[in-house]
Amino acid sequence: MANLKPTPRTTPAPAAAAHARQFDLARDSLRDLNAFLHRRAAAEGVTLVQISNPDGAHSIACGLNSALDVHIHGHVGYYAAGMNKSASVTVHGNAGPGVAENMMSGRVHIRGFASTAAGASAHGGLLIIDGDASLRCGISLKGGDIVVGGGVGSFSAFMAQAGRMVICGDAEDALGDSLYEAVIYVRGKVRSLGADARFEPMTDADRATVTDLLALSGMDHDAAEFKRVASARSLYHWNADTDQEY
Amino acid sequence: MCGIVGLLVKRPALRERLGALMVPMMVGMTERGPDSAGLAVYTAPVGESRHKLSLYAGQHAVDWSELLRRLSQHIGGVHEIAVNGNHAVLTSAADPDGIAAWIGHDAPEVAVLSVGQSIDLYKDVGAPADIAERYGFKHLRGSHLVGHTRMATESAVTPAHAHPFTAGRDFCLVHNGSLSNPHLVRKKLEPLGITFETDNDTEAACRFFEWRLREGDDLKTAVTRGFSELDGFYTFLMGTDRELLIVRDAFACKPAVVAETDDYVAIASEFRSLAHLPDISQAALFEPKPEEIYSWRI
Repeated sequence: MANLKPTPRTTPAPAAAAHARQFDLARDSLRDLNAFLHRRAAAEGVTLVQISNPDGAHSIACGLNSALDVHIHGHVGYYAAGMNKSASVTVHGNAGPGVAENMMSGRVHIRGFASTAAGASAHGGLLIIDGDASLRCGISLKGGDIVVGGGVGSFSAFMAQAGRMVICGDAEDALGDSLYEAVIYVRGKVRSLGADARFEPMTDADRATVTDLLALSGMDHDAAEFKRVASARSLYHWNADTDQEY
Repeated sequence: MCGIVGLLVKRPALRERLGALMVPMMVGMTERGPDSAGLAVYTAPVGESRHKLSLYAGQHAVDWSELLRRLSQHIGGVHEIAVNGNHAVLTSAADPDGIAAWIGHDAPEVAVLSVGQSIDLYKDVGAPADIAERYGFKHLRGSHLVGHTRMATESAVTPAHAHPFTAGRDFCLVHNGSLSNPHLVRKKLEPLGITFETDNDTEAACRFFEWRLREGDDLKTAVTRGFSELDGFYTFLMGTDRELLIVRDAFACKPAVVAETDDYVAIASEFRSLAHLPDISQAALFEPKPEEIYSWRI
């Protein structure tokens, strides 16, 4: 299991520059940080924000809406980088539940592991998790891309509607249950597929997609090692001939 | 929603600081559980033939020395009592079940929170920081502890409904989640002569596991049986005099993070309750996987 050590609390702040800003959540309030990221950063020409001592606080760098580069040095709690738009957020540590949930665009990179429901209902953007992702990763994905360096927990990509998910490790139970049009690429073992999810042959286009997403995520695997999982589309329409035993 | 915290120290020297290390963990879980809090701490055992009972008087003004005098008239032996406000730990060589029965009959204003040779149990309604201050949690010593902050969702906010729940001796359990079949579990246990003190779902789980322990299961076997007997959402943290155990249900909706170093194992619902611990940046961090049992022994 990935166990990334966060930067120690004593790490000195990088040298100040006009375009850069430093927040220390042992001292600065989370509300001030997020207000700065939302309203003042772009107006003040700040493009790089470093955050130390996150210590598992919730909703850090949530709701960003401009092309900021945000680095969080430590572990974050619930909903970090949720609803992200345009920004690049890197967590140099682990993430709590719901990281990058409902992301619209931009990039969120978790260098450790991610808890449940990472990237839930993301509409766009790229979520990279270097370590493992817990259960329900990419649940109800609506168009974002997710690349997981490790494995994913059960019920990942449940009811995922659009977007792509690349899993470099293994998947637990019920992968892609009730999938719509999202596509999953998995390199390791799949303990079980969910209802209506099936393995399909990899095409050249699939291999190109996986190669591109791995390159964007800084991961070094051969796309030929991945299998494609997509919807059999047998749940799309009501079938009166089945015995309706669920 | 609720918060759980657990701590087991590996080096005996750290037992002096067990409570001090824990208090920020519990206070860190206030947002998850603002209405009540509780803690079971496991100390060195009081000795082969002696037991201790954690007693709670709530709002009642109890004259503890008078209680001890009346107890001595009915049950012989040397009884000692350490009083801490509306809480007391009674230590005695007499049969603890006899003492508990006498309290239930002759001093019903006093609740027996726990019985055992190692366990001391505290719980009350109010903010976790206030409860920690009220009972001096930061001064507690011991090898391991099990704590909880409660946000009630399915039964009343009272001290009796607060966690940890106990059953039998030196066993306790805290719960983040909600069970959907506690009444079925009760229906199964009550004909066996097992009695319940509250209508709380967690009490059903606690008494189920303790029943299995009495039937000869070890704790892991009992918990494994629980996978098919207990329906609902749970992260359970349990303690015995020798062991600390955590388990999450198959859906793992209720969070938990474990941090382990050479010195301690610390468990909390969220990392923010672990962030203050010494050498946390060097700790191995992980989330317990669904239906995997993790336990540590002292």
